[in-house]
Amino acid sequence: MSDAAQPMKSAGMIRRWLSRPARAAPAKPVQFDQPLLPWLFLAPQLAVIFVFFYWPSVQAITSSFYIEDPFGFGATFVGLDNYKDALGSAEYQRIAGFTALFTVLVTGFSLGLGLLFAVKADKVIRGRTAYRTALIAVYAIAPPVAGLMGMMLFDQHIGPFVQLAAWFGYDMKVGINYWDTAFAMILVSVWKQVPYNFIFFLSGLQGIPASVREASVIDCRNGFTRFRTAILPLLAPTAFFLLIINITYALFDTFAVIDVMVKDKPANNPLTLVYKVYNDGFRGNDIGGSAAQSVILMVIVLVLTLIQFRWLERRVHYG
Amino acid sequence: MASITITDVSKTYPGAPAPSVTGINLSIRDGEFIVLVGPSGCGKSTLLRMVAGLEDISGGEVRIGDRVVNRLDPADRDIAMVFQNYALYPHMTVRENMAYGLKNRRTPKAEIETRVAEAARMLELGPYLDRKPRALSGGQRQRVAMGRAVVRQPSAFLFDEPLSNLDAKLRVTMRGEIRRLQKRLGTTALYVTHDQLEAMTLADRLVVLNGGRIEQVGAPLDIYHRPASTFVASFIGSPAMNLLDAGLEGARLRLGTSVIELGHLPAARGAVTLGIRAEDLTPAATGLPFRPDFIEELGAQRLVHGHIEGQPVVLALDPAVPVGSEMRLSVAAARLHLFDTTSGRRIATAARPGLAVTETA
Repeated sequence: MSDAAQPMKSAGMIRRWLSRPARAAPAKPVQFDQPLLPWLFLAPQLAVIFVFFYWPSVQAITSSFYIEDPFGFGATFVGLDNYKDALGSAEYQRIAGFTALFTVLVTGFSLGLGLLFAVKADKVIRGRTAYRTALIAVYAIAPPVAGLMGMMLFDQHIGPFVQLAAWFGYDMKVGINYWDTAFAMILVSVWKQVPYNFIFFLSGLQGIPASVREASVIDCRNGFTRFRTAILPLLAPTAFFLLIINITYALFDTFAVIDVMVKDKPANNPLTLVYKVYNDGFRGNDIGGSAAQSVILMVIVLVLTLIQFRWLERRVHYG
Repeated sequence: MASITITDVSKTYPGAPAPSVTGINLSIRDGEFIVLVGPSGCGKSTLLRMVAGLEDISGGEVRIGDRVVNRLDPADRDIAMVFQNYALYPHMTVRENMAYGLKNRRTPKAEIETRVAEAARMLELGPYLDRKPRALSGGQRQRVAMGRAVVRQPSAFLFDEPLSNLDAKLRVTMRGEIRRLQKRLGTTALYVTHDQLEAMTLADRLVVLNGGRIEQVGAPLDIYHRPASTFVASFIGSPAMNLLDAGLEGARLRLGTSVIELGHLPAARGAVTLGIRAEDLTPAATGLPFRPDFIEELGAQRLVHGHIEGQPVVLALDPAVPVGSEMRLSVAAARLHLFDTTSGRRIATAARPGLAVTETA
């Protein structure tokens, strides 16, 4: 439902981001003789938006006001009860808390590491192609495969991370210990997202004119200050775009990673909100409750995005 | 303010078979305006960037004042650079752009404000101080780039083709402004350009570079009147100096079927290259036979393109002078330039004043 809607949202943002420079040159106005023709051109796009966004959204909102019979025989209107149940439940609050922490950590680390690698890779002259390919390659791995690889890295018997922890006398139990699992989840999610951020930061860095960098070399002796005051602000548009994409990623696209890690494990494992939506709806057959949760999630994302565009974008300088 | 001494400097890029710049010796006096000029790829920008510290110096030594700067960071060399595409920080206002270098050097706030205000006044940037570069025109951006250099009060200004991105009219204005500013501040300046007119008008001394080497160093008019090689002769001056194949027979110069009486014995014989400036050829009753092809009208003068003895020649004439289908040209012997045909170097002449006597066999 809302996770079906999410790819559309990020696709829209990518499009907005890509079309950014085009704003400078005003498009040539086109006159249509037939009134129907423009609608015809718009139809495929409108159809896609309607089928994959509005229709599921309306469905989700509608069913969030009903309790559905587990066997699909009928539905009873219950008003806001589903919302009250979700928001009032201690379990929901705990998962929401973890989701917030998870999102902050995954977004922060993926952005930070992506930027760090990009800055370092940008300085490599010899063998730069091989180096960059190696860094980008991880992005080609499908999320469930990444989850599986993560599971192997944290395997109770052969996982190198578990062995490493054992070396320090710590008994790591991913899938059983709540925070061990959380650690593995965050690590694999970050690992999966870093290359994506790397590509964008690297191309952003390469978009900074060489002479501006050289001017800053003459104006500022300290490399870190130089980066912070002259280079980073020019990366702000890229960083802002990536921030939105990464939050979305952490909230929704980590689903596959989490699924692989917790699916057949004992109960006390960290979940994110989107996984709980899936769990309650498709495992627990509580369609109404699950729909209410996904509507709440939709509102959260909407608010977050609005805040970002209102408060952050003002401070972003577009070249 | 300081002198700059460049001793035996060379630059070889890693993997390149030959050095891009080699054997450069140049001594720049305090307050001097030096222009490095040459065609693209001659190494002029590389040389400037080595002085700035943006390129490593492969060999030799660069001194600014009494410090060897070879291993110093660009920020420690006490230079300020103006780039071709301005290189302004797009996220900073004009004021912040100018203050940035000072702020990083921990200049007191009040001092920064005074200097920025002074530079803004000098460059007429006052009304734009709080604008971002994107809201400025090309000329204004160029002035901000200069202001950024001026506020630093450096030992030397380095200019890397600063006017190339401006339109022709603005280029002339800004050229004057740069010259005025440099004279007023008395700061040593090293200026790179490929435009010989810009070079001639700005320089105290010109450095003509070709293929990574210095061809000639000198005051603009010295270089114009006594080019050291055919390269300099054809590069400096517009239109380019006419270069003709000729033969030396003692004190006589043979040009096809014509003979020019030099009146003295030059230190060469056989095949030479004869150089004549377009304005040194004057129509006369007798002399070299000239066949005009077409005319370029420039207003104050006209350029007549044609041939002498089958070799292409350009003639700069007063528009009042009539152009016939067949003309005779004379030239002052002192205005003839002789060059070695193979090396292109200038052959010393001890020409006396007076018209060269030409006769046609």
